[in-house]
Amino acid sequence: MSKAFNVSRQNGFTTIAITCFVLLYLPIILLVVYSFNSGTSVAIWEGFSWRWYQSAWQNDQVQEATVRSLIIALWASAISTTCAVLAALATTRTRKFKGQAAVFAMINQPLMVPEIVTAVALLIFFAMIKVATGYTGLAYLIVAHSAFCIPFAYLPIRARLQGMDLSLEQAAADLYATPFKVFRRITLPQLWPGILAGAMLAFVISLDDVVITEFVKSAGQDTLPTYMLGQLRRVVTPEVNAISTVLFGISVTFVIAFTVLGKIKN
Amino acid sequence: MVFAQVSGDVEKTITGGTLKVATAISVRNLRKVYPGQPPVVALADASIDIKDNEFFTLLGPSGCGKTTLLRMIAGFEHPTAGSLTMHGENLLELPPYKRPVNTVFQSYALFPHLTVAQNISFGLEMLGKPKAEIRQTVDEMMALVKMTEMADRQTGQISGGQQQRVALARALAPKPRVLLLDEPLSALDFKLRKDMQLELKRLQMETGITFVFVTHDQEEALTMSDRIAVMNAGEIRQIGNPRQIYDQPAERFVADFIGDTNFLPAELIETAGQTATIRLSSGKQIAARAAESGSQKGKVTLAVRPEHASIGPEAEGLLAGTLGEVVYFGTDTHYHVALEDGTGFVVRQQNRPDATAQFSSGDRVGVHFAPGIGQVLKD
Repeated sequence: MSKAFNVSRQNGFTTIAITCFVLLYLPIILLVVYSFNSGTSVAIWEGFSWRWYQSAWQNDQVQEATVRSLIIALWASAISTTCAVLAALATTRTRKFKGQAAVFAMINQPLMVPEIVTAVALLIFFAMIKVATGYTGLAYLIVAHSAFCIPFAYLPIRARLQGMDLSLEQAAADLYATPFKVFRRITLPQLWPGILAGAMLAFVISLDDVVITEFVKSAGQDTLPTYMLGQLRRVVTPEVNAISTVLFGISVTFVIAFTVLGKIKN
Repeated sequence: MVFAQVSGDVEKTITGGTLKVATAISVRNLRKVYPGQPPVVALADASIDIKDNEFFTLLGPSGCGKTTLLRMIAGFEHPTAGSLTMHGENLLELPPYKRPVNTVFQSYALFPHLTVAQNISFGLEMLGKPKAEIRQTVDEMMALVKMTEMADRQTGQISGGQQQRVALARALAPKPRVLLLDEPLSALDFKLRKDMQLELKRLQMETGITFVFVTHDQEEALTMSDRIAVMNAGEIRQIGNPRQIYDQPAERFVADFIGDTNFLPAELIETAGQTATIRLSSGKQIAARAAESGSQKGKVTLAVRPEHASIGPEAEGLLAGTLGEVVYFGTDTHYHVALEDGTGFVVRQQNRPDATAQFSSGDRVGVHFAPGIGQVLKD
């Protein structure tokens, strides 16, 4: 019996694996632990307390930034998911056309172009619009977030559409359902786990974006991540740990929900 | 070498007179070519007339174009050339959802998020029928396929045979004039398939709907169909009723595909109408059926069904040979004979309690069949 190549039997595999996991998770564990520090340092443990959670909760700036982050994330995930559903339908439910690969690449462009490039481009583009219109509201951030969230919403929706049995849609058409009714009555009810998964992924991605937000936001438009970045430049207290821990908890919840949704059978 | 019998209206005799049967679906020179290097011809100029109230079967091996033809009638594929009409109306102009035909899919394609009753009512809802009528029709359909007690089940909670019946009820509910069935029994086990064959035939007769049935199972085709079109490599090779297809195969492919057949080398002496005189390799002459009169004299192949032949003493046979394997099947026995000219020949003889002649492996035997029973095939 010949032994198949098994990477887990190679020398040093365990050491490398453990090192990787420690580097990945130890900082997060420390961050969470120190969020309960009663002292003002993020490095010296002085005892357990909830004080930094209270402090964050009562901090007007944190409150404002949180609300702003949520508004942007909700809008961005709604807009990007809608676009993603349409894009996924166009790339899976139409006959193959020339340049389909190019369209696919364009939809996923935000995944490939360095974020900083997108950020600078948007900064310049929005600056021109601001000059022309005088509008300085949240819409810029929402539009920017929607744009880079599209591929994240698109991928799970497209995967779901590709996995669906095409004969169901044909059967519906055969039973006198117009194309719109086929979508409404057959495709959509089976697609919703994909749509929900896409929307949640887009929401999380929008919620913790720093680079593009930092470039696009006007004065007084801090989101939670950019507020934290700003705080770090001045004085570092475990309050930042506390906010991070809450964000971390929300993200983990969403990722778990995303995985569960992906497993719902057709 | 296409042997497509294209006929217009056909007369069916009923007691005391004749009745003209209208053509339900008319297929004319329908062609489907998939682009590629080289292009794939899925269907080559098929022409068929399917009559009203007919159980019509498209039979052939996989890849013969039978499903392609069915999907063109349903509207899921578009022909490269040709015409397709239904009761005179051009079907090719209509999208699938406007064609008055319904399909039973090979995979059943039941809507997994709907119950049995909701699946059956789907087509009626799409047609905008009134609620009361929908409820009544759904009840009727569920009774017809004996699924009344399963009305509120999810389609994932019922067995394969039940899913099959729901798929059938769903397609029948809108009362289409033509029902298309794409190998609907292939996923069922043997026993269930036999039951469903009878069931389908009963439904077809009760509803009077034209059935266009696709299968690769020749036995299924023979037992259920009014007429069969045998297809191979994108071409229709023969159209006829089961008896014609079985007893008078037009060519070697059909004879080989439908049932078991012995092929004998022979020489055509003369033909008179549909009767031919041929000389066997043993030198003996016998009458046989010819597919068409005026066939070329010379080398031909004679097709003889195993059950149409018998074995006996060497001297009494048309052909002589050595008995090889003898395989006992209960109802009948298969005798494998190696003929003197080198060809193999199988005789299938029914087992009778009074059987006297017993032969065993290695014996010299004679093979006999009645005049006029063999079919002459062009070589």
